[in-house]
Amino acid sequence: MKGLKKQLERIRPHFQPGGKLSALHSVYDGMETFLFTPNETAAEKGAHIRDANDSKRTMIIVVMALMPCFLFGMYNTAYQHWLAAGASEFPFWTMMLYGFLAVLPRVIVSYLVGLGIEFVVAQWRKEEIQEGFLVTGILIPMICPIETPLWMIAVATAFAVIFVKEVFGGTGYNILNVALVTRAFLFFAYPKQMSGDNVFVATDPVCGIGGAAADGFTGATPLGEIATATSSEQVGRITADWWNAFIGLIPGSFGETSTLCVLIGAAILLFSGMASWKIMLSALIGGLSMGAVAHAFPSATFPASYMSAFDQLIYGGFAFAIVFMATDPVTAARTETGKWIYGFLVGAMAIVIRVYNSGYPEGAMLAVLLMNVFAPLIDYCVVQSNVKRRLNRVKTSARS
Amino acid sequence: MEIKIKKGLDINLQGAAPRPAADSGSLLWVRPESVAVCPDDFPGFVPKAAVKEGDAVEAGAPLLFDKNNPEIKLVSPVSGTVRAVVRGERRKLLRVEVVPAESSVPSALKPETASDFRSTLMNSGLWCMMRQRPYDIVPDPKRTPRDIFVTAFDSSPLAPHLEYAVADGMEDLEAAVAALSALTSGKVYICVPEGTPLKPVKGAEWVTVSGPHPSGNVGPQIAAIAPVNKGETVWTLDVVTLRKIGQLARTGSIDAADMITVAGPEVASPAYLLTVAGADVKSLLAGRMKGTPGHRRIISGSVFTGVKVGIDGYLRYPYRQVSVIREGDDADEFMGWANPGASKMSVKRSVLGHFLRGRLFAPDARINGGHRAMILSGEYDKVLPMDIMGEYLIKAIMARDIEQMEQLGIYEVAPEDFALPEYVDTSKHPLQRIVREGLDFMRSEVE
Repeated sequence: MKGLKKQLERIRPHFQPGGKLSALHSVYDGMETFLFTPNETAAEKGAHIRDANDSKRTMIIVVMALMPCFLFGMYNTAYQHWLAAGASEFPFWTMMLYGFLAVLPRVIVSYLVGLGIEFVVAQWRKEEIQEGFLVTGILIPMICPIETPLWMIAVATAFAVIFVKEVFGGTGYNILNVALVTRAFLFFAYPKQMSGDNVFVATDPVCGIGGAAADGFTGATPLGEIATATSSEQVGRITADWWNAFIGLIPGSFGETSTLCVLIGAAILLFSGMASWKIMLSALIGGLSMGAVAHAFPSATFPASYMSAFDQLIYGGFAFAIVFMATDPVTAARTETGKWIYGFLVGAMAIVIRVYNSGYPEGAMLAVLLMNVFAPLIDYCVVQSNVKRRLNRVKTSARS
Repeated sequence: MEIKIKKGLDINLQGAAPRPAADSGSLLWVRPESVAVCPDDFPGFVPKAAVKEGDAVEAGAPLLFDKNNPEIKLVSPVSGTVRAVVRGERRKLLRVEVVPAESSVPSALKPETASDFRSTLMNSGLWCMMRQRPYDIVPDPKRTPRDIFVTAFDSSPLAPHLEYAVADGMEDLEAAVAALSALTSGKVYICVPEGTPLKPVKGAEWVTVSGPHPSGNVGPQIAAIAPVNKGETVWTLDVVTLRKIGQLARTGSIDAADMITVAGPEVASPAYLLTVAGADVKSLLAGRMKGTPGHRRIISGSVFTGVKVGIDGYLRYPYRQVSVIREGDDADEFMGWANPGASKMSVKRSVLGHFLRGRLFAPDARINGGHRAMILSGEYDKVLPMDIMGEYLIKAIMARDIEQMEQLGIYEVAPEDFALPEYVDTSKHPLQRIVREGLDFMRSEVE
């Protein structure tokens, strides 16, 4: 490793102001801190030792927690494709390869566009490149339908990174979750392409692997079917297959279908302490309670109300949203009491939107974005209670 | 009274000094080559030199006095000759160095006495050893403290057990409590650890404190007993200073010797020593450092709150320890963020070291990451055992929002209260410096 370090030292002057490649100094800094932990030591006065955890490690752990969902997404993409093509055999490795090749361009586009913007902004602000987009970049292809055109992903990612993150000051300053805004942008900018039955299942072969979908095939998600159902029996027929929904073998966005894999990811996040269990638990409680309320008053106008509270949790993006999206520490509530309120409202709102808004078969995305907006207000109220406690103390001590 | 501190963190470092068998009298005495008094260690004290180079000074004679309150003085801990009055940029007074006269034992400090004890205290230099909250400064003589808080233990890593230094001084402690009680409208609280060998001191409120570090810091102790409200003032000091105040009250002279520890992963023979305040680090560390190559950081104080001094530095106030760790600026660790890290320390379960409960660690001074905006939430509050919303107070300080700072309790805190949050911070903010600047800013705006 000494040799590599020497090489880096040798080429460093080119990237410093006045050097040939000074326009790329943020790239150099990014590479150097990626390869070698910075040797920066603590100031003369203050804490002389620091916890080993830094934001790079934090982000890497989140990416690791996403991996089960990602790998399962590869399999499920192929599985849905094989089903659509009417196959009767499911060769595992061929399917994994198919899924990998199907998602790879989306991952590349998301990272290229997002990291490209981050590098340019870091260069412009003369800052070190930050690792926030490591997580966002993998989340974007995971929450988009597999058939989303690449150019749409590029446009949406650019919009979200610039207008949701960079204009607010970069990683750590954004109010809304960047990945979710990407998804919302796609949803609202291209409603025709992004909803309905055409995007959730890959219908074409990739690099010669896989077959073509049968004529007249429609790949609606279970929630999409439920939204157009007319009777509780029809909904019951769909949700009878809840085990496959739990495992994740249903059409849906690339990485969000498997509740099982989401649970594995949640375990990794909670064990390492990188996400708030308060938010996850309260969102679960919120979803269950609102689901139970909706189910207690079923109505043919809102067919999703025929779903049981439990089914609400395992279908669609609910589980993925409360584990990976609602817990984003930058956009969630930051006070401990606030986390309970925020989480509960995310869970409840997700079901409210899902059941009582016929325009959107899925509500988790909008619920998290809505609560992102309210999180500072929740925190403000919690902080004010601390302030009030302090003021009361003055009053009581003045009286005594 | 009993208080339980629940939040906090004890870390296990290599190179702790073995507890001495008997009382502090039997410890090895280290005679310093030179001593120095650094006015920077006494926030709020505006230094003016009372001596010039070449002056002969007696132990207890003033070296510096406060421009705003000339009665408040910093005194020479030894008899000897003033070697230098060192100034930095814009003639800022950095330190006064004194070379002690030949003598194998420290002479007692004999400060000027005055008609009332308050003035004697200010003359003796012991006034400067106390702190006042708000602002964590040398007490303002124009304010009467609501209460006085004494901590009888230092819970920071590798710190000395202060009880050894005072166990044989019950009369001094009682005299000190009597003298201080006259200076406050309220009570004198003494906070002791669970299982202390000390017996309750007459006239003082005796408070037993349990829990992890920072249970020995006055900040959480005050917060649990009676937090500082706006407009109120409290004084804080440690039990060693309390004993010296007692000696001054009883006999008019002060024992010059101070008990300290020299410890840390890079110290070959960690030990409790006796020396005087401001002793030079070279004398204290002579023959005690490890011989292995590599950069080292010598800290006057604990790894959480101390000052980096270097081998040419001096023992600084209020620290009663010298810690030596690796500097780490020559480590060049390859892809450290991916290293599972059995030798890394973390409060999070993201490194192997977290799980090795019995292991002694040898961390270096690297900040272990890049500076970032606050990303993870609730980190500070987990190690800040006070009713303070740490993150929001820090943000208010950064924004210099006076009203918010007041509302969020800046009058209750000192930089040391944010030492553990600074240690655990994933985004690597210099929190203690931020708090110090915030306190200074508030003082300049409000006072």
